[in-house]
Amino acid sequence: MSYHNPPTPPRKSATFDDQTLAEIRRAAATGIYDIRGGGTKRKVPHFDDLLFLGASISRYPLEGYREKCDTTVVLGSRFAKKPITLKTPITIAGMSFGALSGNAKEALGRGATLAGTSTTTGDGGMTDEERGHSQMLVYQYLPSRYGMNPKDLRRADAIEIVIGQGAKPGGGGMLLGQKISDRVANMRNLPKGIDQRSACRHPDWTGPDDLEIKIMELREITDWEKPIYVKVGGARPYYDTALAVKAGADVVVLDGMQGGTAATQDVFIENVGMPTLACIRPAVQALQDLGMHRKVQLIISGGIRSGADVAKALALGADAVAIGTAALVAIGDNDPRWEEEYQKLGTTAGAYDDWHEGKDPAGITTQDPELAARLDPVTAGRRLANYLKVMTLEAQTIARACGKNHLHNLEPEDLCALTMEAAAMAQVPLAGTSWYPGKGGF
Amino acid sequence: MPVFDLSTTPLRDLNSALHGLPAGANDTVFEVINPRGHHAVAVGIDAPVTVEIKGSVGYYCAGMNDGGNVTVHGSAGPGVAENMMSGSVVIEGDASQYAGATGRGGLLVIKGNAASRCGISMKGIDIVVHGNIGHMSAFMGQSGHLVVLGDAGDALGDSLYEAKLFVRGSVKSLGADCIEKELRPEHIEKLSELLELAGISDVRPEEFKRYGSARKLYNFNIDNADAY
Ligand SMILES: Cc1cc2nc3c(=O)[nH]c(=O)nc-3n(C[C@H](O)[C@H](O)[C@H](O)COP(=O)(O)O)c2cc1C
Repeated sequence: MSYHNPPTPPRKSATFDDQTLAEIRRAAATGIYDIRGGGTKRKVPHFDDLLFLGASISRYPLEGYREKCDTTVVLGSRFAKKPITLKTPITIAGMSFGALSGNAKEALGRGATLAGTSTTTGDGGMTDEERGHSQMLVYQYLPSRYGMNPKDLRRADAIEIVIGQGAKPGGGGMLLGQKISDRVANMRNLPKGIDQRSACRHPDWTGPDDLEIKIMELREITDWEKPIYVKVGGARPYYDTALAVKAGADVVVLDGMQGGTAATQDVFIENVGMPTLACIRPAVQALQDLGMHRKVQLIISGGIRSGADVAKALALGADAVAIGTAALVAIGDNDPRWEEEYQKLGTTAGAYDDWHEGKDPAGITTQDPELAARLDPVTAGRRLANYLKVMTLEAQTIARACGKNHLHNLEPEDLCALTMEAAAMAQVPLAGTSWYPGKGGF
Repeated sequence: MPVFDLSTTPLRDLNSALHGLPAGANDTVFEVINPRGHHAVAVGIDAPVTVEIKGSVGYYCAGMNDGGNVTVHGSAGPGVAENMMSGSVVIEGDASQYAGATGRGGLLVIKGNAASRCGISMKGIDIVVHGNIGHMSAFMGQSGHLVVLGDAGDALGDSLYEAKLFVRGSVKSLGADCIEKELRPEHIEKLSELLELAGISDVRPEEFKRYGSARKLYNFNIDNADAY
């Protein structure tokens, strides 16, 4: 060390950071892209970037625990003879049996039922366990049509036509051979142990005009009883919402890029789709432009974690939300109690995302009977119900503080944004100002 | 015999009559006149009824049929007999795209030609086409049989799983992972059975070639990436 040649600490590139370098090496060694579960891991503008203003002289609050703050929501009131009524606007999103174990599906059904809300099937069809344990079950109608049959359609409480998912708008699915047990194979009419690809497009319709006829067919098959949802990934929320409404949907489900998936290419999860926050206002705008806000209900998903997130999504105009990842965490996914085993799999609790490999120590994203037996569906269901209740209470707490006697009375006016990005996406003023980017033409 | 004139009666009346049949009902033969290209005619049948449709229909005729016997005395639009579970559907004329899509059982007979994607994602249905079929037929076909007396278009059986394809005429091209396979005695037997069920007596099963999955894409392998 000398005065003329002082040392500098080694400097790593921001562009070629450790994660990037490791991925290049991994790709070079294996020749295959990285597949994983979960949603985007990059930081994107989110509900954390919004705050509620609370009551003041001009807005008086409601007394906690004393004055009523209603949380019920009715879905499917547009055309369905039997709309469904939820006690809380938080629903459980579609996750397939196949991706999840039978016990996990049962736990989701039990938890949702205890909390007075609905759960949803997924790619792979409906199991008796989940039907039996779910008071309200939404049956997904997916491009693969695995397990699709008219009997299950009739015993569902609502039908969800899946066009896209936030984690992979425009992508299909893949269930790797490791997870194809006899039962999963049988439900999907495929041999055991082979990779099961789910198509990205529906096999018998393309475009909004066909969708309208498809919805009509499903209504005719089920005698116009069931609410029909249309689920889209966060890509072009204004037009997708408008087209779903035009095609006759009762409910639009809009899933932003933070939304989880059972297994998709990492490059897809991280680089396709829009953040949830950016999707809500355009979708609500489409509903308002068509005079359909609150008549066609909007369910928002993708990164919902707390009652605050719920309240914010509702304040921006959604009627309800759906949760996937958070529900799995509530029933035990990525729990530190399995840390030793996560370490053996080369990961750590909180980061485990190789759900497609079927080795989940928590017994949730697996078809291995021994691992699956680790999850007790009754206890796990109870945990989910607790979590749903906490979230509902949290959302009510905020709504009361804003003076609202129903969660649906929350409005954009109750919010401000912490960042320019969030202000622009949510179209609420930057905190301390009355302006957001784009407002007044600026 | 109940007759539904779709030029004067709403489609809803027809479909709800088909769904609401009490067990042991006498009237199990329905006639539909003036279908005029209506969509979703006779969908969701879940009883052994017979439906005679006198004319051409639009999309999804006999969709999800489970046990009914439906005959279209005309042509059918896209997605005829989609996701059929059991029973039979006969089209006297031609069928548009996606005929028999995702069907899980039953027999679909098309006496004319079928357009593209016939039998797409089929999961157990048997389809017999007297004429030709269009491109991408039996795409991702999982199980069941597709029998074509005429020619097949481009990319037959692309990404095929275990569906068995039999073509008597020419095949413009085979899709990824679809290959010609040996026609063994059990296939001849199955073909004879299907031809008979479809009312075909002047064609011998030996005249067909069999196509099936090479099963190379069953588990992902980077060396097959060109085929994806
Ligand atoms: C394990 C898992 C499996 C999933 N399977 C399906 C599916 O079968 N069909 C579907 O539409 N979405 C599926 N999704 C997406 C969810 O329905 C939902 O859109 C997403 O999880 C919501 O975002 P969140 O996970 O941040 O709550 C799945 C998600 C997960 C985590």
